[in-house]
Amino acid sequence: MSKKTLFDKVWDSHVVDSIENGPQILYIDKHLIHEVTSPQAFNELENRGIPIFRPNQIVATADHNTPTLNQDQPVKDALSRHQLEQLSINCKKNNITLYELGHKYNGIVHVMAPELGITQPGITMVCGDSHTSTHGAFGTIAFGIGTSQVAQVFASQCLLLTKPKSLRVTVNGKLKKGVLPKDVILYIISKLGTNSGTGYFCEYAGNVFEEMSMEGRMTVCNMSIEMGARGGMIAPDQTTFNYIKNREFAPKGEAFEKKVAYWKTLPTDEGAVFDKEYHFDAADIEPMVTYGTNPGMGIKISDTIPVEENPSFKKSLAYMDFEAGESLINKPINYVFIGSCTNSRIEDFRVAANFIKGKKKADNVTAWLVPGSKQVETQIIDEGLKDIFTEAGFELRQPGCSACLAMNDDKIPQGEYCVSTSNRNFEGRQGQGSRTILASPLVAAATAVEGKIIDITKHLN
Amino acid sequence: MEKFRTLTSTAIPLNIENVDTDQIIPARFLKATDKKGFGDNVFRDWRFHKDGSINESFILNNKVYSGSILIAGDNFGCGSSREHAAWAIGGYGFKVVVSSFFADIFKGNALNNGLLPVQVSKEFLEHLLQDVTSHPETLVKVNLEQQTIAIEGSDLSEMFAIDPYKKTCMINGYDDIDYLINNKKLIEAFEANKIY
Ligand code: SF4
Repeated sequence: MSKKTLFDKVWDSHVVDSIENGPQILYIDKHLIHEVTSPQAFNELENRGIPIFRPNQIVATADHNTPTLNQDQPVKDALSRHQLEQLSINCKKNNITLYELGHKYNGIVHVMAPELGITQPGITMVCGDSHTSTHGAFGTIAFGIGTSQVAQVFASQCLLLTKPKSLRVTVNGKLKKGVLPKDVILYIISKLGTNSGTGYFCEYAGNVFEEMSMEGRMTVCNMSIEMGARGGMIAPDQTTFNYIKNREFAPKGEAFEKKVAYWKTLPTDEGAVFDKEYHFDAADIEPMVTYGTNPGMGIKISDTIPVEENPSFKKSLAYMDFEAGESLINKPINYVFIGSCTNSRIEDFRVAANFIKGKKKADNVTAWLVPGSKQVETQIIDEGLKDIFTEAGFELRQPGCSACLAMNDDKIPQGEYCVSTSNRNFEGRQGQGSRTILASPLVAAATAVEGKIIDITKHLN
Repeated sequence: MEKFRTLTSTAIPLNIENVDTDQIIPARFLKATDKKGFGDNVFRDWRFHKDGSINESFILNNKVYSGSILIAGDNFGCGSSREHAAWAIGGYGFKVVVSSFFADIFKGNALNNGLLPVQVSKEFLEHLLQDVTSHPETLVKVNLEQQTIAIEGSDLSEMFAIDPYKKTCMINGYDDIDYLINNKKLIEAFEANKIY
């Protein structure tokens, strides 16, 4: 029998049919939706008189456009309020489960689904959001889709797709102190560039990922899309099973054991061939920061910005107001954002709290800590992290996408730098004219305390 | 979806690489619940200064250039999966986008909305950008049936690739929903026999 990759196994088990010389019909097990990319899909079906095929395989949350303060009060912005109301109406009409604003399970779609046990190995999952790749951390085929495809899944629980090629990134060795999963993925993207993964599904392998927590694996898979890949996957193992066990929607008892037995068959067969392979040594990775306007423009925090002649590169540096060849150490920073589906899980706040404990936030810094979900928010309070943050002068907000895409009021002002744990440093992503520096929660916390970027490697004992 | 066979038009050269969907349509314009009006805000923060005045130096504001073909630098449409980006480009009046590389999701979204992404070689793109920039009256001809793109009045032309299924859909104006719901029986049979 031919050797198969993890991706092959999951994909092949979901093919309903293949069109000659064309795409395949792929079955989708779980469909996550949110307020921004679903309304036009609901309209499309309604206009064509097509019912929702499998409403019980859809889960909805409100996250992109929600305020992170006073969530118990009506949303002030009229357009946002209308979009949220539309989601509630659409879900009610079609019998779709919705965790709306204020619900104990509400949160960023890619944070709430894993923590509820909706995300499971071996299934296919989609959402009208490119960071759906996050769920691949469980050995799931999960990827972002456009609104037309949201409508297709509504109508048929399937998509027409051409099977992507396979790519494997292997990182072996021992990570240095202060190097977090975020640094690992920023490092990989800085080496491979933002379109190296286009047309591919990526598997992450090697002891570095095997030893990572589920939270860390989600951070890594989350940013697969930033190198162009539709998704990233990590083989399910005991860490995965332990994480899922006993969660709200996880199978229970004997059913769980049966699933685990199946999940154990999923990892890539020894000797399976990938279309493309990359290898990195963990010892080469250091805490990372980005200096430009795409996530591939990253350097080790102690390095200097490279010198390149390309006009797009120069345009990017001009936007950031950085000079080629300069170091970012000691750059004053006025905004820090710890949040987004990349780094807003409990582990990220533990890392931040651990560094912040007993210190004070610098006066020049506005720091927003935005949990990924209601459950994370509760955990932060229960574990006493909120007190640490408050004592240090940090503001803990309510869950949502927040300053990751600045659709709500959480915008970074024109010209200001923000050290952010999110995933995109595009021009204006965090507000018109804002300048984003992507980093790990540890680097973000250190920046908030110092009021400037510091070489974190020199501050760890 | 509108049918697409051939198009001959002048073109607008947007010589910038890695144009991401946040530039095509910034997030603050994503609050609408229908597909209309996104064209008004395409490339919003490049077309207008923060105070709302027109940025004369941006190519879309240069009256010399017009047409329903957008020619863009490498890696066009990277970033978010927002289909609003395809609606915005289509809504502004473009029917074809040419680049040497397209991000996956953008490409799919464009095809699902009757906007044809034409991927050409880097050399061809460079020629095209140069020709159109220096001679705004240059006509570019796209033929979907033959999968060719050519500069009229020159011998410069190139074939482009497109998934045969998607090509049929574009030519006939069909979309995937039609195809999928016609296959409901197969899908139900699959559900009944799932192996995982
Ligand atoms: S946190 Fe940011 S990247 Fe994640 S789903 Fe929300 S907007 Fe998208």
